[in-house]
Amino acid sequence: MQIRISSDDGSPIYLQIVNQIKYLVAAGRYGAGDRLPPVRKLAEQLLVNPNTVARAYRELESAGLITTRQGSGTTIADHGSPLANSEKVRILTERIDMLLAESSQLEVPLETLLKLIRQRQQTLQQATKKRSISKRKG
Amino acid sequence: MDESVIRVEGLCRRFGKQNALEQVNIDVRPGIVFGLVGENGAGKTTLIKHLLGQLEAQQGSVQVLGYDPVQNPVEVLENIGYLSEERDLPDRMTIGQLMRYQQAFFPNWDETYAHQLCETFQLDVTQRIQRLSRGQRVRTGLLAALAHRPQLLILDEPSSGLDPAVRHDILGAIIRTVAEEGRNVMFSSHLLDEVQRVADEVAIMHRGQIVMCDPLDQILGSHHRLTIRFDEPQTVAPDLPGGGHWNGERHEWTTVCNGDLDQLKKAVAAAGAQIVEQAQPSLEDVFIESVSRES
Repeated sequence: MQIRISSDDGSPIYLQIVNQIKYLVAAGRYGAGDRLPPVRKLAEQLLVNPNTVARAYRELESAGLITTRQGSGTTIADHGSPLANSEKVRILTERIDMLLAESSQLEVPLETLLKLIRQRQQTLQQATKKRSISKRKG
Repeated sequence: MDESVIRVEGLCRRFGKQNALEQVNIDVRPGIVFGLVGENGAGKTTLIKHLLGQLEAQQGSVQVLGYDPVQNPVEVLENIGYLSEERDLPDRMTIGQLMRYQQAFFPNWDETYAHQLCETFQLDVTQRIQRLSRGQRVRTGLLAALAHRPQLLILDEPSSGLDPAVRHDILGAIIRTVAEEGRNVMFSSHLLDEVQRVADEVAIMHRGQIVMCDPLDQILGSHHRLTIRFDEPQTVAPDLPGGGHWNGERHEWTTVCNGDLDQLKKAVAAAGAQIVEQAQPSLEDVFIESVSRES
């Protein structure tokens, strides 16, 4: 699992893991049923405290992104996130605010930003599609 | 029953006229990695020597795994794995001889595990310790500290002056040790990036005193790194309530907030500045802030 941790990132290490796993799923590099490495193994790979990895997995599980079953380990969940709408809005609002702040500081107009969001969405969608096709074939 | 792995209460130590340790209190609960950080001469090694029973408490008390390490050295040392900064190993022995020597001391020595570690660390048992490279010497020390599967692993500045590959092995050993249930690690380091990665709890030492001792999440979560911007360039650092030492020049200044964030934000606004960045600080940021505050 390709994850990079930085102590100087400005956000806690567990959150860096959570966000990067969400990204890997959104980018189609991990899909439903794919297995995540056991806590201890990922901790050794990233050289971080196992409790931190466990916390990231707990967070992803309560967000409905992964499921942990006895025997089969931790896998990416089948269905999208079963979060309440208000919670979804809250999480996204936070991100959007950050993005807007960043783009206003970079003096990127809103129109350009929206265009860029659409472009990225298409790129990610294509990656997910490709992935599900190759999985069906496999 | 006393659950603490390490409990130090009111420990004081003087060397001549110098206070090496002053009223040190720490309480390490089971199953965690405890990081001890501080500048050189802050008292980390002196504290660790008390845990190993190499120094006797002049004042206060020391309990390790439920025992006083000076009164019950066998019970304590049997269950500790220790790697010192000096890494004093018997130079004339081969690695294989050292392994047999350790086996005689530790009833729990696990020969299979020892050989497994040899393989992981790419050590040759026939090699004489004298002739080992610096990195291989540390790996040998680590093997000797780990192969009896100690309840408590104590590492004193294990990474200082080593290349990333060896540091990687050391951190890996810490992680594996704590991942096995009920085992504990205490390590001192001035590589704060490493401490931030692996520690559950951190104590910051300064001039023989513990100036902060809390879960790492709490330490990082209760501090904020703030960068502010003034319309007009400033010739001197701002002095605002709730802020710490300010770094910067002209328009932009950064601080680690150690107090009330709301109070600081109000003060920033009142001073006519804007917050342009707010993030969680690194352990290094917090360390520098807390040590400069004490000085």
